[in-house]
Amino acid sequence: MGLFAYDFMTRAMLGALITGLAAPSIGIYLVQRRLSLIGDGIGHIALTGVGIGLLTGRDPVLTAVLVSAVGAVAVELIRERGRTSGDIALAMLFYGGISGGVVLVSLSSDHSSASLMSYLFGSPLTTSRVDLVVMAVLGAAVLAVALLLRPWLFAISQDEEFARVSGLPVRALNLLLAVTTSVTVTVAMRAVGLLLVSALMVVPVATAQQVTRGFRATMYLAMTLGMVAAIAGIGVSWQLNTAPGATIVLLAIAGFLVVTLAAAGWRAVRRGQVRRGSAAEPVEPPEVVLER
Amino acid sequence: MTTPVVDVAHAVVAYGGRPVLSGVSMTVRPGEVVAILGANGSGKSTLVRAILRLVPLTAGEVRLFGTALPAFRSWRRIGYVPQRIGASSGVPATVREVVAAGRLARRGFGRLPHARDRHAVTDALAAVGLDDRADAPVSTLSGGQQQRTLIARALAGEPDLLVMDEPTAGVDAASQQAFADALSRFVAGGGTVLLVAHELGPLQPIINRAVVIHQGRVAHTGAVPEPAGYHAEPGHDHVHPHAPAETTTHGVWSM
Repeated sequence: MGLFAYDFMTRAMLGALITGLAAPSIGIYLVQRRLSLIGDGIGHIALTGVGIGLLTGRDPVLTAVLVSAVGAVAVELIRERGRTSGDIALAMLFYGGISGGVVLVSLSSDHSSASLMSYLFGSPLTTSRVDLVVMAVLGAAVLAVALLLRPWLFAISQDEEFARVSGLPVRALNLLLAVTTSVTVTVAMRAVGLLLVSALMVVPVATAQQVTRGFRATMYLAMTLGMVAAIAGIGVSWQLNTAPGATIVLLAIAGFLVVTLAAAGWRAVRRGQVRRGSAAEPVEPPEVVLER
Repeated sequence: MTTPVVDVAHAVVAYGGRPVLSGVSMTVRPGEVVAILGANGSGKSTLVRAILRLVPLTAGEVRLFGTALPAFRSWRRIGYVPQRIGASSGVPATVREVVAAGRLARRGFGRLPHARDRHAVTDALAAVGLDDRADAPVSTLSGGQQQRTLIARALAGEPDLLVMDEPTAGVDAASQQAFADALSRFVAGGGTVLLVAHELGPLQPIINRAVVIHQGRVAHTGAVPEPAGYHAEPGHDHVHPHAPAETTTHGVWSM
């Protein structure tokens, strides 16, 4: 029986494709600012949104977007202050978010641990037609921000002070990046789950930057790698009957290891060639000659 | 009399109650190249950061192009060159990508780049002699080349005023010369420059005026003092108390 004979399989693949493209496109800015783990924290906060949705009978994706957006803005305001106490404030927010979510889910009518697990670790095979439409709309919004505003988001992530002196709307851009991150988290919730979202935002970027020279190239390669890992992960998990979300993440990490080793090997070979090929490599003349 | 490009009046800056600048006044007129000199910890970098609104003023006033800082909006007229490129995060960026960020001040928000924007970036790269490294990752450049990248980034916005924080610190001789040449051309084109320096090196000939900051106050303003140490300068306005035992007693040029 072919992989695409089932509608649910096609929907799982499409959902994985959207997630694989969107997550690294916004994750690259987080990696650039050394905030790789922020996506993880926002995933924690989003669980409270899921709990509120299940408890009130609303679509959990919608409530998760709203709650995690509020959480992301709070995280950004704490980061902006740059105080040491901010670290503790973030911890409170993240662990409060996940605990709140678990408690709210257990209070709801759908309080099975299977339901909780599906939000924490993903359940792409249960993607409904409505889920897919919501993912496509939110994913398109994430991609639009990440791609169309790249020069501006690059500028604030690369050198925030310079961006400020240039008169760019730094604060608005920071908040936009935070909200877009929270939307990405909810888009990826179905495919890889809230606890593994951050991996798909960060790992493809880490892999891509081993072999690229520029920011734009890194972004496109990371999006390609994310998409390949997500689709391959669904296929492999179908064959091996493993958890899809975790399989996607393990494949992404395997890709990182392979590329890292290959890049290191390639550099070693190149160095060896240079050493053998041009023994008489020009040595820079000393700037000053001390004479006595 | 023309409006000064930078006008600082009685600026006071304090970090957590500790005063770093205690009533600094200085002006930069159009077309001037002014150097702010001083030992490490004298407050010279803080002065520049206060002028750029990167640190808040506790008291006093800064006017840029005649407009008080809180109301100033023409940031595109200012090209800022920080001390060093931000610590590398691992995500690579090419020299051209970094320099293009300096063009955003001129390019409309959310707009695609015009041919003019691309030319400005290419011209800025040529001005600092980095056109052949445009597609190289910034992290592979030498310290001097990285510094020139930051100057090109500031020039890409076609500013009227360049503000530079220690642009020549730790820069090799070749880059210092390329830097001095780029600065001369900028001034010849009608630009104004305010720079912070620890030592002037090849920049000395193009500096019109020096402002020496010592312990948060202006200790001297006028001609560039002789490296023998500004304390020996006959005309220098000796307004500060003698240095307490723990602070340096060397001149500004000793490391």
